[in-house]
Amino acid sequence: MIAALILVISVATLLQFFVSYCRSVIAASSKKNLSEQAREVAGIENRIVRGDEFERLLQLVRLCPEPGDDGRELRAVCSYFGLLSLLRSSFGRLAPGVASWAEREREGCAYFAAVALDRRITYSRDLMAEQMSNQL
Amino acid sequence: MLGLIDYGVWSACLLAQAAVVVCSIRSRCLAQYFTLNFYMLAALALSLGRIFLSLRFGYTSPLYFYFYYLSDAVLTICLYFALMGLYSQVFQEMGVHRYLRVGAILLLGLTALVSYQVVVSSSYRLMTRFVVELSQNLYFVGVVLTYLLWGAIMKLRETRTRLIQLVLALGVYFSAFAASYALRNLYPEFPIWRYVAHLMSLWLPVAWAYTFIKIPEEARLATDRVAATNR
Repeated sequence: MIAALILVISVATLLQFFVSYCRSVIAASSKKNLSEQAREVAGIENRIVRGDEFERLLQLVRLCPEPGDDGRELRAVCSYFGLLSLLRSSFGRLAPGVASWAEREREGCAYFAAVALDRRITYSRDLMAEQMSNQL
Repeated sequence: MLGLIDYGVWSACLLAQAAVVVCSIRSRCLAQYFTLNFYMLAALALSLGRIFLSLRFGYTSPLYFYFYYLSDAVLTICLYFALMGLYSQVFQEMGVHRYLRVGAILLLGLTALVSYQVVVSSSYRLMTRFVVELSQNLYFVGVVLTYLLWGAIMKLRETRTRLIQLVLALGVYFSAFAASYALRNLYPEFPIWRYVAHLMSLWLPVAWAYTFIKIPEEARLATDRVAATNR
């Protein structure tokens, strides 16, 4: 009985802490503006990036060379995105409020992926410039 | 017998624990987050001790068994003090350090007493049962205290991003361990717990190392944007 109670409370707090943790990681990226080059590559026209774009953006991110410092945050946001998608599909019809909240969060995840893509494009460009200068 | 996965996760954990201390030194905040770094150093030393004993005497030896549970209890107490260190950071300006310290010691003593009372009448292997019970209860007390700390951060509108991420990562870790201990109590026959515990122990050093590397001390964040309940 006590173990079951601890389990329920712990799972509830785990979800709450995990959601807040992921939001704190995403919040840092939402302050950054996307470069024109990243917008062009990703086909993003305005400030809001749709949640459905997340998978496509992630595929583009994986095509770029890894700078080696954003893999962990991407994994955490991927897990969060999976959790949100599950929440949206499970409660979409029962609680529209939850579904729209999950969609807004998914948009945040997609914007995070776009910022990661931007960072990797910049890294690739710098890498290429460095190689060119070495060849000369 | 331990396999490649066990040693792989163990090595990753050791590296991440060392990385926390190194990153903390590099970002010149070792003294500021002393209790967190002390916990990581203790975890590193005790993990090395566990590896040594498992290689020397075997994973199933009684010596390893006793060392594992005793070191786990010691680490949980260290983590409890790390949490108190975070409390001190949040309530720094209020000047309530002394009350926090006394409260923390009292709560720790009370948890130990309750754990002892639970096992004293029901077990002949008192020491082993006691340390398991103590760890389990401390993890749950840790969940409650971290939740209260998070509530205080929200209420006081704390904006230090680094502090917020350190507290949230600790909350995830405490909750995950408390849930796994409860599940282990409910379904002790599943062999999967060994891997679950290994994987979960990776979370805290990785998350803290990430925070020390990526988040500068001067970074600020509005807590309203982070709260899970905020729509």
